[in-house]
Amino acid sequence: MHHQLLSILIWLPIAAGIVVLLLGERNVGAGRWVSLAASVATLALCVPLWGDFNTHTAAYQFVEKAAWIPGFHAYYALGVDGISMPLIVLTAFMTIPVVIGGWRVITKRPAQYYAAFLIMEGLMIGVFSATDALLFYFFWEAMLIPMFLIIGIWGGPRRVYATLKFFLYTFLGSVLMLAALIYMYVKAGSYSIAAFQALPLTLTEQRWIFFAFLLAFAVKVPMWPVHTWLPDAHVEAPTGGSVILAAIMLKMGGYGFLRFMLPITPDACREFNMLIIALSLIAVIYIGFVAIVQPDMKKLIAYSSIAHMGFVTLGAFVVYEIVRATGGLSGAAMGMDGAMVQMVSHGLISGAMFLCVGVLYDRMHSRQIADYGGVVNTMPIFGAFMVLFALANTGLPGTSGFVGEFLVILASFKAGFWFSALAAVTLILGATYTLWMVKRVVFGPVGNDHVAKLTDLDGREFLILGVLAAAVLLVGVWPEPLLKVMEPSIRHLVAQAVSTKIPV
Amino acid sequence: MMPMHSLAAATPEIFLAAAICVVLLFEAFFGARHRGATATLTLLVLAIGAALTVAFADVSHSVTLFNGMYVADPLAFVLKLAGFLVAAVTLLYSRTYLENRDILKGEYYVLTLTALLGIFVLISAGSLLTVYLGVELLALSVYAMVAFDRESGVAAEAAMKYFVLGAIASGMLLYGMSIIYGLTGTLSLARIAAALTASHSLGIILGLAFMVVAVAFKFGAVPFHMWLPDVYEGAPTSVTLFVGTAPKIAYFALAMRLLAYGLPGVAADWTRMLMPLAVLTLVVGNVVAIVQSNLKRMLAYSTISHVGFIVLGFVAGTRSGYTAALYYMLVYVLMALGAFGVIVLAGRKGFEADRLDDYKGLYRRDPLLALVMAMLMFSMAGVPPFVGFWAKLRIIEALWQTNHLWLVIIAVVMSVVGAFYYLRMVKLMYFDEAPETLPATVRSFGVRFTLGINAAAVLVLGILPAPLLDLCTRVIR
Repeated sequence: MHHQLLSILIWLPIAAGIVVLLLGERNVGAGRWVSLAASVATLALCVPLWGDFNTHTAAYQFVEKAAWIPGFHAYYALGVDGISMPLIVLTAFMTIPVVIGGWRVITKRPAQYYAAFLIMEGLMIGVFSATDALLFYFFWEAMLIPMFLIIGIWGGPRRVYATLKFFLYTFLGSVLMLAALIYMYVKAGSYSIAAFQALPLTLTEQRWIFFAFLLAFAVKVPMWPVHTWLPDAHVEAPTGGSVILAAIMLKMGGYGFLRFMLPITPDACREFNMLIIALSLIAVIYIGFVAIVQPDMKKLIAYSSIAHMGFVTLGAFVVYEIVRATGGLSGAAMGMDGAMVQMVSHGLISGAMFLCVGVLYDRMHSRQIADYGGVVNTMPIFGAFMVLFALANTGLPGTSGFVGEFLVILASFKAGFWFSALAAVTLILGATYTLWMVKRVVFGPVGNDHVAKLTDLDGREFLILGVLAAAVLLVGVWPEPLLKVMEPSIRHLVAQAVSTKIPV
Repeated sequence: MMPMHSLAAATPEIFLAAAICVVLLFEAFFGARHRGATATLTLLVLAIGAALTVAFADVSHSVTLFNGMYVADPLAFVLKLAGFLVAAVTLLYSRTYLENRDILKGEYYVLTLTALLGIFVLISAGSLLTVYLGVELLALSVYAMVAFDRESGVAAEAAMKYFVLGAIASGMLLYGMSIIYGLTGTLSLARIAAALTASHSLGIILGLAFMVVAVAFKFGAVPFHMWLPDVYEGAPTSVTLFVGTAPKIAYFALAMRLLAYGLPGVAADWTRMLMPLAVLTLVVGNVVAIVQSNLKRMLAYSTISHVGFIVLGFVAGTRSGYTAALYYMLVYVLMALGAFGVIVLAGRKGFEADRLDDYKGLYRRDPLLALVMAMLMFSMAGVPPFVGFWAKLRIIEALWQTNHLWLVIIAVVMSVVGAFYYLRMVKLMYFDEAPETLPATVRSFGVRFTLGINAAAVLVLGILPAPLLDLCTRVIR
């Protein structure tokens, strides 16, 4: 089974999604159970993926290869390394709360809702497991369609604006990346990502490719100043859409930086690393300030996502400053480790935060902070979860949020005092916007009659928030297994990132 | 005297010409009594024609007939089969449309067949004369088809416009041909190709310019596109369906025979002429499509933008570029068949379903049509897993091979602009609610089944694009 595990992970959810679609809205009861069974089965299949993963090699594992388009030398080639494997597990993990979270809440075309998420899960796993650039792009773009429909059909009042903006922004970034990929194919004669990584490129070529990649991945991450689609998309998306958007889709941008940009254009990355670092710090600080003043909970978490993803890009690109400052590589891997842990952690925390907002929204049909107050009085269990996730969002030690940020700040300290000082501002800003929101929503006297009538979590909601809370704490207290899985791949990546590909 | 068997290569044309006479006579004697029988007979003719083409084709090498006036090569074989298929599908889609509007007349089918014959003559053209013959046969049939609904003033206006502008283009083509003929002393494209090797006389450039303009006009490339939106909008939708699909095959063949095979020696000149046309076509097509409120008109501008991509394949001017253009053209025809097919099926008499607003909430009224249209829109926008993606990819690859950095950038950025109006269609159908009760869509099982196959082909060829890509690579020499 091992040599087809990744294929099963990709196609099982997609097949299940098609089954749910065919069952139709009339058999949505069956459709729900099929969705749940498929998403749980997908996660169960991640157990052998993680368990049998060899943590001593940076090479691709669980490799599959079959001819796909001989005319293009494109293969249906799959494989995972320490960078992509945790993200696949995260994807499988985060789809379950989405399915359970929509259980009774989604009443409009529910079968299509589940089908869209299942198909998207398969496509996202495909993005992380493709080792052929064309296959990667195929999944990367195909994923836009279900997300476009999710926001457009189940979204809020301004959903059409939000979803068109989301689609066109990401599409613009992606097509330029596609142009770059085809360029490299014409040069390398293959679409294999490994061949692209080994392809010598002049500095001029690298610069062009760098900016094509930057646009694609920066939009997805998103980085300031191409982040403006995200708050809109998050606010309008249904809860499940926001969860997947924040937890997985943003990670695809981060994954792109690590898988494509650093290894394929290392010299251009070295040249422009200050640009990325500056944009990352702007995201951390400026967007942090923006988050403080948001009156809408979802928008606030969206901005907080941008700030947290700033740490991912900072951790990935600070390596060049470390080399410049210390002349050595010690600490370089730490920055990338931090970036990876931050991605996983942010996936869990932001997903959980959006689910919390969803819980409130299902009851009150409002996301405005001002409409709440004293929720803890009527929903004590929910209050406890919300506070836990909020603290994790601020980076409290013992939660997963701490590990990633700490590693990145530590690494940037090696690069220079000011990098880490600026990055550390997030500890203040993150606490400010998150805790202030929690204070206004959860604590204090009961805000109004609606809040007074709230009922606490039911078993379904408790289950999903409980599992997420456990995951957040587990990664926070014991990140070792995660770091160990990533280690050889990260070391390999650092070596690629500091090498030069300019032909002599 | 030529032995009979040597004419086997021209089977499609010979059969079609004979069949046209039969259909015409059948219509004259029995058409009034057996309404619809002509339609069935025509479909039968197309099926037999395709079967004969396969049976008599010698695809291993190319054969020339009639002193080189006629060429039967693998490219012609594939294009003709595509022609049969496309014509049959358009007739299937349009039957109920014609019936509903009382224009189900035998002449419609005869004209479709004569147009198809024109397409075939053009596909197999080996000399300037054959080229012109094919162009005119196709054009005259199509003019009449556009004006087929005699009651409709818009259709008559569209046909008039098409005719006048088409005549100018034909004049251009003839004038260009006469100059080339004067300079080379031959009408045979093969001999012209051999004679014109990189001699840059002003006369050749002049003749070339006229021919390029004619090709651009036929394709609908900007700035020679003015007829296209009017014809698409004004013609009965079933005719738009035909005009928007089958002739594209012929015009691709026109560009191929005339420019790529006929004038390879001066390729540097005509690629340079086509380049600004391609850029203009991409920009104008995509940008102007955004502001359209009529779906047929919007798709007309969308066609123009797709033509821009096809022309880009010729701008590359390499075998890879022609392959890309062929692939793009076939894919486009497949998508356009489906898209106009949806419009044909969405309307009723008195409700043409040609405004964008007529598609509001289509998902509620007819999930299948909405799904098919959505798939086609995503495909036209170039989003995987649909086949339109590979078509764009193939063109971009051909442009990179010839180092056209800026053309690549313009092409991909313009495809983002295009995505906007395709997505707007999806938005109308899926996100909006239907404003009032609109008439029901056509519920004929056979037609809907064909449409489903059409959409499925867009998806399946998108997931497994290799067979069609290989085919295109093999038939271009």
